[in-house]
Amino acid sequence: MGMEQELGQIRDAALAVIEQASDLDELEAIRVDYFGRKGQITTAMKGMSQLSNEEKPLIGKLSNEVRNAITLSLEEKQAQFEADLLNIRLKEETLDVTLQGRKLPKGSSHILTQVREEIEELFLGMGYMVVDGSEVEQDDYNFKRMNLPEDHPARDMQDTFYIGHNLLMRTHTSPVQARVMDVHDFNEGPLKMISPGKVYRRDSDDATHSHQFQQIEGLVVDHHISLADLKGTLNLFAKELFGEDREIRLRPSYFPFTEPSVEVDVSCFNCGGGGCRICKQSGWIEILGAGVVHPDVLEMSGIDSEQYSGFAFGMGIERVAMLKYGINDIRNFYQNDQRFLSQFKARG
Amino acid sequence: MLVSFNWLKEYLDLSDVDPIELGDQLSLTGIEVEHVYQPGEDISRLLVGEIIECTPIPDTHLHAAKVNVGRDELQEIVCGAPNVAQGQKVIVAMPGARLPGGMEIGEREMQGYPSNGMICSLQELGFPEKVVPKQYVEGIYVLPDDIMVGEDAKPVLGLDDTIFDFDLTPNRSDALSMRGVAHEVGAILSQIPEFEKIELTENKERHIEEILTVGVDNAEDAPIYSMRIIEDLQVQESPMWLQRKLMAVGMRPIDNLVDITNYIMMEYGQPLHAFDKDLIRTDQIVVRRAEEGERLITLDGKERQLDPENIVITDGEKPIALGGVMGGENTHISHSTQHVALEAAVFNPLQIRRTAGKLNLRSEASSRFEKGINLAVVTDALNHAAQLLSQLGDGKVVSGMSQVAHVTAENTEINLTVSYLNNVIGVDLTKIIIFDIFDRLQFDYKDGEGDSFTVIIPPRRWDIKIKADVAEEVARIYGYNNLPNTLPVGASIPGKLSVLQKMIRQTNRYMEGSGFNQAITYSLTTKEKANQFSIAESDDTNLAMPLSEEHETLRKSILPGLLDSAKYNRARSTDSIFLYETGRIYHGTPGDSLLDELEHVSALATGNYIEDWTNEVVEMDFFTLKGILEGLLESYNLAEEVEFRPLTVKKGMHPGRTAGMHLHGHEFGFIGQIHPKLANSLDLEDVYVFEFDLQLIHDAEKASRVVEDIPKYPGITRDAAVLVNKRISHSEIVEVIEKVAGPWLQSVNLFDYYEGEGIDDKKKSLAYSLFYQNPNATLLEEEVQEDFERVLKSLKNELNAQIR
Repeated sequence: MGMEQELGQIRDAALAVIEQASDLDELEAIRVDYFGRKGQITTAMKGMSQLSNEEKPLIGKLSNEVRNAITLSLEEKQAQFEADLLNIRLKEETLDVTLQGRKLPKGSSHILTQVREEIEELFLGMGYMVVDGSEVEQDDYNFKRMNLPEDHPARDMQDTFYIGHNLLMRTHTSPVQARVMDVHDFNEGPLKMISPGKVYRRDSDDATHSHQFQQIEGLVVDHHISLADLKGTLNLFAKELFGEDREIRLRPSYFPFTEPSVEVDVSCFNCGGGGCRICKQSGWIEILGAGVVHPDVLEMSGIDSEQYSGFAFGMGIERVAMLKYGINDIRNFYQNDQRFLSQFKARG
Repeated sequence: MLVSFNWLKEYLDLSDVDPIELGDQLSLTGIEVEHVYQPGEDISRLLVGEIIECTPIPDTHLHAAKVNVGRDELQEIVCGAPNVAQGQKVIVAMPGARLPGGMEIGEREMQGYPSNGMICSLQELGFPEKVVPKQYVEGIYVLPDDIMVGEDAKPVLGLDDTIFDFDLTPNRSDALSMRGVAHEVGAILSQIPEFEKIELTENKERHIEEILTVGVDNAEDAPIYSMRIIEDLQVQESPMWLQRKLMAVGMRPIDNLVDITNYIMMEYGQPLHAFDKDLIRTDQIVVRRAEEGERLITLDGKERQLDPENIVITDGEKPIALGGVMGGENTHISHSTQHVALEAAVFNPLQIRRTAGKLNLRSEASSRFEKGINLAVVTDALNHAAQLLSQLGDGKVVSGMSQVAHVTAENTEINLTVSYLNNVIGVDLTKIIIFDIFDRLQFDYKDGEGDSFTVIIPPRRWDIKIKADVAEEVARIYGYNNLPNTLPVGASIPGKLSVLQKMIRQTNRYMEGSGFNQAITYSLTTKEKANQFSIAESDDTNLAMPLSEEHETLRKSILPGLLDSAKYNRARSTDSIFLYETGRIYHGTPGDSLLDELEHVSALATGNYIEDWTNEVVEMDFFTLKGILEGLLESYNLAEEVEFRPLTVKKGMHPGRTAGMHLHGHEFGFIGQIHPKLANSLDLEDVYVFEFDLQLIHDAEKASRVVEDIPKYPGITRDAAVLVNKRISHSEIVEVIEKVAGPWLQSVNLFDYYEGEGIDDKKKSLAYSLFYQNPNATLLEEEVQEDFERVLKSLKNELNAQIR
């Protein structure tokens, strides 16, 4: 039997057993049986040396073709087995994807911080500075600079936590404004600031009173700042904080440090103005106090009230949060019950 | 302040005005109307009746009354009131009548007697008890005799009225009088209020100077003090119109003398005080300050210890009244009073406030003196009262008035310009519009050159003193809701947060991302807690008048507040607690200077950090919290690394599980486990905490933020496992390694730690992997080998370590 025939038979036999193979192990055994050191092809090729020079290239070529055919068949079969195995694996590897993910720790910002930062962002965007100031203040800055002379009813010892004769827990964040006005250089542009922070009143804590709470006050001083500028600014503010459809209205009021003074109502964000429990059927919710800065307040900080005018506004952060999120008891903010705190994981 | 719509009708034409709408307009233009209500809204079928017969029903407290209500037949009504009697004019609720609270009156039978209707008390008609005349509190109300039988009783009682409840701001005390309110409503409705002229008839035979003179020691105490004398007065019940008006505005009718003083106060805002002239023992009245220790029994029967803060009215010798606050018992008017000395004065508001506050005697009168008086009507009010006393009490008014007046009512002239008003308000008003507003407010004005003018403010608006006050008047009458919405148009400047503010926000977000809930606790705490865990020593800052010991001293550390919150949560069955707070702590400074207020961050963690259905629970422990803290510190990009040193003596902390945090040689914080004894007292177990000073981090030098090239050449790793005495710390080992490591060592990483079974119980085993790298060339094994050998040798020699 010539080599040509022999190779042909090897190939046919190999392809037949490959076809018959039932798993990857058998396939490997077949590979070794043909291509191993003592494999059939290696053995068959030992006869090459006895061939004539004319035959050698022909048989050489043929043996390559046989090798390639067997290798290809092996690879195809192997790919088929691997695909089958993967399919089996995929069938077995199912998860209950409805199970919860791992509970990695996630905390939340205090809702007062969220409200405060939301307001800060709005005013930062309009070019206001955010100034914190001291929580312990001098009597002069807390009261006199706010146009509350000594013996003014609002300066009652009963309502203020005094530390020393001229030192107290600030009752509003207004003294920050006086301190900034003292040093502001109008050559560098108008004064635009908000002062958020903790304030203190001599109150016993109950559902609606807290001896410690947070305020945000705002102040703009420049040439020709008007009541209409205040109204426009607060209108933007109300829409941003309570929704695009909100309107505001101004009602005359009285604060010693502003003249004219106004209370600002926002149309009820619960009922849209029709009247409900939250707005006590009025359609409006009182949200902040504001006004045109009293000329005496400017003058006390060395600002010429004939040249400059300003507006100021202030609000309680707790009140905004209580209204916006339906919180009924102010003590919730300071008890730090995790069941309360963790309800505010979503921001905005 | 309560305002009667019917009363206002005497001054203004309100025939086409809806009171509810008027209330809204008032709120939007100047005076907050808290509440508008119609007291008789739910009431119908009330008639005036006269009791013709009144027979007691045996064995009961009841009477069978026959009442003439102006019909053919008498109305038979059983009445249980103790004061029911024949001849009385009474209010009869007829069958079918509705009363407040939905009560309906029918035809019934009681004790065998027909009862067709009800004779009413004022309370049954919805009057609050405090306005019901005392003699009728326990029974039915008896009308004055001049009321006609058969009349509709609702208007007689003012049950057809609408009442406004004003919430007045302190500057608008001009509206503490019906006349003031009439001016305000007139401005809204563009009407000029009209007031009745007072026609006072004096008894020319008697002149006050022959009877009494008044004097004031200190003009500032009583800038105006005036008195009239009315003689031969009949003190009796007031007529219905007067009782009705007083009850409508929340005042209890008493008798004509008291009622007239109250009525005048409500109409003019001018409090009056009546003395029994016969009880004034001298012929003079002197207003002065009380002497220290002087005493006066006020008409509430209490003896008052006086001091020089108090203004007293004296008879020249002894006090007979506390000026502006309360009369004295020694000159108190009564039903038998015949001659009256009637005072109309203006007192120093400050002194009144101090006296009323100190003696806790705030009244309608004292609060008006505190808030200011219309100087222009002091005399009118006194004359009007005298006229009413002669009219309603048959009194004879002694001619003349004794008065000391150091001030006169004067107009205030304010110069301003149209452009000023437009600039402040942000509108474009013309002089014509502005003058029209002044006309409505009834302010005079003088036109000036160009856009200037002068507005003349009458004394009744003593709150208006400066240009800004005028701007407010113009703006509110023009209507705040007619103003445009504009924004400030000045130079634009960027709004930005300070570095510290950004740092606080960044810290908050990191802590929340690490699973901690933000807490906010109180700055004021107990003296003990204020000093607990404080990092630096300082004086305590205490409140002068704390409300409770719980909130007395300013905190020097946040942690005690977080521990309280943890206890609160634990008591509500929350086991895993993760809280943090960023906030201020306060270090006292001497004197009245401001405190050092430092921003701190503190965290508290206890329980299971990760816990879910996988059963792979991560319990919170020292190293988990420290890892979180180290991540936070990394985010600050500090130039120098924070060093942790064992801290064995921190009060409240576990002595073996606490580290102080050091930076640039300052201890600025700590981390560790709460002392088990303290934890136990809060019902907590293993609690891990940290706190540090953010201000120091803010001030510390920051590392460069220029990127380093990623090395192109491979590095070599060598592992060293060492067995050392337990007392030797990880950082000591790392220090030894780094000291002799040679130029190529990049990092030392602890990858195994063991103590316990299998090794000497005084020892621990640690395994480090040392990573060497040359950024400029491929490092050769030989280059590293020598460096590594040196490290091992050093560990052996310096730490007595066994290399394993």
